Amino acid sequence: MSTTSNTHAAVTPPGARRRPGLPALGPAGWIGLLILAAWLIAAIVGPIVIPQDGTPVGEVQIFGRVSAAHWLGTDYLGRDMLARVILGARYTVLVALVSTLFASGIGITLALLASVSGHWVDACLSRGLDTLTAIPSKMFALIMVAAFGSTVWMLAITAAVIYVPGAFRIARSLAVNINAMDYVTVARTRGEGIGYIMRQEILPNIAGPMLADLGLRFVYVVLLLASLSFLGLGIQPPDADWGSLVRENIGALSDGSMAVVAPALAIASLTLAVNLVIDNLPGRSARNGAK
Amino acid sequence: MNLFILRLLARRIGLALVSLLAVSAIVFAITAVLPGDAAQEQLGQDATPEALAALRAQMGLDVPAPQRYAHWLGNLVRGDAGESLVTHMPVSETIGSRLPLSLLLAGLTALISVPVALTLGILAAVYRGTWFDRAVSLGSVAVVSIPEFLVATLAVLLFAVQLRWLPALAYIGSDDSWEKVLRSLAMPVLSLCCVIVAQMLRMTRAAVIDQLKAPYVEMVQLKGASATRMVLFHALPNAVGPIANAVALSLSYLLGGVIIVETIFNYPGIAKLMVDSVAQRDMPVVQVCAMIFCAAYLVLVTLADVCGIVANPRLRHR
Repeated sequence: MSTTSNTHAAVTPPGARRRPGLPALGPAGWIGLLILAAWLIAAIVGPIVIPQDGTPVGEVQIFGRVSAAHWLGTDYLGRDMLARVILGARYTVLVALVSTLFASGIGITLALLASVSGHWVDACLSRGLDTLTAIPSKMFALIMVAAFGSTVWMLAITAAVIYVPGAFRIARSLAVNINAMDYVTVARTRGEGIGYIMRQEILPNIAGPMLADLGLRFVYVVLLLASLSFLGLGIQPPDADWGSLVRENIGALSDGSMAVVAPALAIASLTLAVNLVIDNLPGRSARNGAK
Repeated sequence: MNLFILRLLARRIGLALVSLLAVSAIVFAITAVLPGDAAQEQLGQDATPEALAALRAQMGLDVPAPQRYAHWLGNLVRGDAGESLVTHMPVSETIGSRLPLSLLLAGLTALISVPVALTLGILAAVYRGTWFDRAVSLGSVAVVSIPEFLVATLAVLLFAVQLRWLPALAYIGSDDSWEKVLRSLAMPVLSLCCVIVAQMLRMTRAAVIDQLKAPYVEMVQLKGASATRMVLFHALPNAVGPIANAVALSLSYLLGGVIIVETIFNYPGIAKLMVDSVAQRDMPVVQVCAMIFCAAYLVLVTLADVCGIVANPRLRHR
């Protein structure tokens, strides 16, 4: 439901545009941003630093306890859990990020197009994308996996397709309002093309709320991909994202082993971090403070 | 109930039917048209053209896609859903034996989660800003932002492994007593409830707070009514529409949750069937399960809208 609150978001007037940077985010927002940055670095640098297979040499201990050699214990094959989680970040964080960027990018582009074009284009796009939302997201993902299998690219595309309509709907409701503003009419009278109006007049004014929406959408994608992997239909072994890590180590659940707790915590930290950042975005706390 | 509302409702329900038709087209397109030639896949690269043509004719792949779609949809409407590629049993039979189990699970979850969520949500709204509200809100945010499978696994860890109150697997035999059925259903229902309650509670809280902030509530306070009276007799009747909307929408989250929960607990319902069929690429079963889920989702979403329309006094007295 939090997505719909964005539709009512007041659009920052151009004069009051704030410089993005230090003073805007509160301390909680910065903590969230730090966690996000840490995971992003882990996702990019991790695969370079850590040997790919991580197969243990010598004596193997399955579901080993937390120790100096294995900071997060070992998994069901005796592999170092910390390395597994960091390697998993690549799939969970990067794949989700790519799909989210695609979903929001396509959604916003179509929404801008719908708002500046005539009634027919708008109606067709809106109805068409609304139809996609009539399929529950997990169900859509399952159908796509059944049809096309679950390679990493397929999963990214699937998640992107699923979340385009949501991004479109919010961006459109914002863009339609902007499109009715006088300065857009002025630009139009001046003879500017559709592309210019979309990019220069409307986009800057919906960027703020859409950034918050992007964060939420990222959380949804992370949860969706993790759930798919947990079902065994997402990232396939030997690769593993955090959802698959929970799945493959679920046997250690009864001992409360770190092997199953660590990936779970990783997912929770990622989604909570995004929520922290969004809730502390400039202008947003003021709106929600009254609640 | 007047003509205006009836017309609105008819429009909304008609729209839902059109959506369902469109959904069926999408499902068919994704599962049967886009992946390419199923006959080729079954026979492999070095199949002779004759064998391929024969199999295509046998599978009905030699007719154009729109015609195949019409045929498939017609059969589906008549209740003939074809045959499973894996078990070679009629799909309708398999579904028929599993659907009641899923409905039982969903029904029990709704029965428990709706009263709990409404009570907590209304209390949180009334006592907003207190420690109670903070605790409830924080809890629900935490549950919403972690995936369902974690909620379910944590529930197993707590109730089945640590406390040993409930069995961790949900198997139902045909001749089990009611007590045993309820015991084995407890864990799945509990996990599903966690997710649903969190969603519903947040929406209910928001809906009630919306009303409590309205000027008329201030008026009620000024006239000296007690807090209980203010909430029960003044704010709640106005919040019925949004709350009913919230309930129906939250119940549609059941569909996502049920997929995870049935898999974790190995519960022989229709969602487990769907996941298994996806893994085995058993397209006829996948198609039918998907259609059932989408239909249920559309019913709930439409119901949410209908509640909103019927409960809106402005529309009622036009």
